[in-house]
Amino acid sequence: MDLINAVIVLLNYTIIPALTYGSQLALGAIFVTLIYGILRFANFATGDMMSFGTMFAVLLTYYFQSIGINFGFLPTALLTIPFAIFMMILYMLIIDQTVFKYYRIKKSPPVMLAMVSVGVMFVTQAIIRIIIGPTDRRFLDGEKFILKATEFKEMTGLAEGLTIKSTQMITIVVTIIVVAIMFWFLNKTKTGTSMRAYSDNEDLALLSGIDPKKVVLITWIIAGILATIGGILYGLDKSYRPFVYFNNMLPIFAAAIVGGIGNPYGAFFGGYVIAFAEIFLTYAYKRFLVYILPESLEPNSLMQLLSTDYKFAISFSILVIVLIFRPSGIFEGKRI
Amino acid sequence: MRNYLNIIIAYSIMMFLIILVGIFQSWSIALTIFNYCMISAVMTLGANIQWGYAGLINFGIMGYTALGGLAVVLVSVAPVPEAWRVGGVNMMTCLGIIILMIFSTRYILKNIQKSNKRNYLIAGIIIVGLILIKIIAGPAIEQIEAVDPAKTGFLGGLGLPVLFSWIVGGLFAAGLAFIVGKVALGLRADYLAIATLLIAEIVVSIIKHEDWLARGVKNVIGLKRPAPYEIDLQTSPWFINLVEKFHSAKLDLANSLSERQDILNQLVIDASSVYVKLCFAGMFLVVVIILLIITQKALYSPWGRMMRAIRDNEEAASAMGKNVVKQHLFIFILGSAIVGIAGAMMVTNDGLFTPGSYRPMRYTFVIWVMVIVGGTGNNFGAILGGFVVWFLWVEAAPIALFFINLFTAHLPETNEIKVHLINSAPYFRFLLVGIGLLLIMRFRPQGIIPEKIVKQ
Repeated sequence: MDLINAVIVLLNYTIIPALTYGSQLALGAIFVTLIYGILRFANFATGDMMSFGTMFAVLLTYYFQSIGINFGFLPTALLTIPFAIFMMILYMLIIDQTVFKYYRIKKSPPVMLAMVSVGVMFVTQAIIRIIIGPTDRRFLDGEKFILKATEFKEMTGLAEGLTIKSTQMITIVVTIIVVAIMFWFLNKTKTGTSMRAYSDNEDLALLSGIDPKKVVLITWIIAGILATIGGILYGLDKSYRPFVYFNNMLPIFAAAIVGGIGNPYGAFFGGYVIAFAEIFLTYAYKRFLVYILPESLEPNSLMQLLSTDYKFAISFSILVIVLIFRPSGIFEGKRI
Repeated sequence: MRNYLNIIIAYSIMMFLIILVGIFQSWSIALTIFNYCMISAVMTLGANIQWGYAGLINFGIMGYTALGGLAVVLVSVAPVPEAWRVGGVNMMTCLGIIILMIFSTRYILKNIQKSNKRNYLIAGIIIVGLILIKIIAGPAIEQIEAVDPAKTGFLGGLGLPVLFSWIVGGLFAAGLAFIVGKVALGLRADYLAIATLLIAEIVVSIIKHEDWLARGVKNVIGLKRPAPYEIDLQTSPWFINLVEKFHSAKLDLANSLSERQDILNQLVIDASSVYVKLCFAGMFLVVVIILLIITQKALYSPWGRMMRAIRDNEEAASAMGKNVVKQHLFIFILGSAIVGIAGAMMVTNDGLFTPGSYRPMRYTFVIWVMVIVGGTGNNFGAILGGFVVWFLWVEAAPIALFFINLFTAHLPETNEIKVHLINSAPYFRFLLVGIGLLLIMRFRPQGIIPEKIVKQ
């Protein structure tokens, strides 16, 4: 019995939150990695682009709520996803045409493009703050919980409760669907194959008749879908605040590089590596240990390796360690 | 002289703009902007040495600035004897352990061949060291933080003159740069950017959350100042006499004696804040000029030519027998140290240390915009970039407000769009700086004052 209780504690406080957070990071990391693999630059506007897509979802949710449209027990925000994605892709294509295209054709070094993306970051932040402001916004409606702690306790008769928030379930399910479709697209369709070819060797791809404009267009469309969905899922689970989204860029970068930048599988995996590391290293194991250890060995302290203040610092340290010992990432990077 | 004509024109325009602020807003604001421009200029000089001379991209400026600020606290604040009594021995032991760890790791790296055994040994040292530190420091930290937490709760500093901390800030930053450089300098340019940014975040989060060191997010206020305090000036007769002499014409217009006294009091208050800021401006100017002379001499020395050669063609420079790795590390340390000095200057100017305010937006990306806008590889350009971008950053809100009012003049005061726009005026600074950066990168990628290569 104690063992089951211990497992429930771990599930409730570490594994489920880590899976959720990891999914959100993974979507962002695949976005970073796609841009890096195909357009060949580190996009410092990542966090703000995700924020931009989410902003439309927030505004549309408020609008839908005001005219009485809802999605039953699911959050209304899910209904707004297609519109938000459309706006996001539109914005990305405008930015690409006005800003990035010039440097791509000139074949500027990647650093130059990264610098330009810093400029895009400033502009995007300004637009977001002018439209929606910097305040914290919650836009979750519908059922909050799938399983409540008290219900679970009654059902099983265990001492520990298991809570599953609906946003956690939605995040995991939506991520699986989106990522599965994307991998199918990259591996099985002709367009996907041409994208991978372009990423591997641009000149060879051009020789074999792949249209670079089409590849770039499709890349931005996929990036827009990933960025918007990732942003909305994060916003539903926590809350929407432009500054937080900007900061999220850093663990997302860490996830992409840890997995091997340019490699979508690696990015997907890297998201979970970062999330699990952050949560496992900052979780206070006292309650878990109380269940599995004999009474004489019960710990007095919280049994916490690091305080939760260092959550971000952990992911960055992992990144630094990976960069020193295996700069190409856990999976071989620069492949798509 | 003709070579310097565009530089002189650019600087004159900048000075003219600051004087305009002085006339239209107030001299106090103008001097605040000027001082911050100068601090930004020092940071930009540091970043420019790394990027412009050597092509190294350092997005970790935030971390070095924060370390410079930390140096001010650790050097100038008076020590807290109570905290030292309860936790000093333990903290010093931890410092000893860390130093021991570093030296034993170095010893192993030098004397044992590259193998799994070496890796395990190093990992073992680090893990044992960390556990020891956690055991020894844990209780001590709690006790230190319990000492009068509203006012102190930290070890305090050394109580030395605050100007000394500018040098220490540079040394701190150089130390961090040495570690970062050893770890990350082999990486490709954009990886290096991300790695330095993330390491800076780690540094800032340590400063933010280790309360025993510098009170963390509780901030340290009332730091020492190398300039006189306003209150003291307002009561010292020589200063009042000076103000009286300066404004005698204005004072003579007063009708009665009491009115004259009122005007004089107001003038003294205004003048005292201007005087203090002038003192700071003088000190900063000295630092900027010294740095400018040194960097300028370095740029046109054989060493500067070697750095340019390394930047433009690493392989060729390496084939000529130049030690690229060593030079990269050296210049990385040098540039970071200058940024550290700027961080210390900034905290001294503010008189308070707020770790929570170190954010990548303000202390990394804006500084980079300054470097790019001013002119990479040109020190005059870097300083000008610091001035121009900081000026825009501060004055963007008033300018935006002016234009919003101009374009929405026909709308009623209660119009929702107008109210919303006026409320979001502060965010136009991001727009202005971002568009500025994009335009410069597109149409003048070498910056306002481009690099000039003197033919020998």
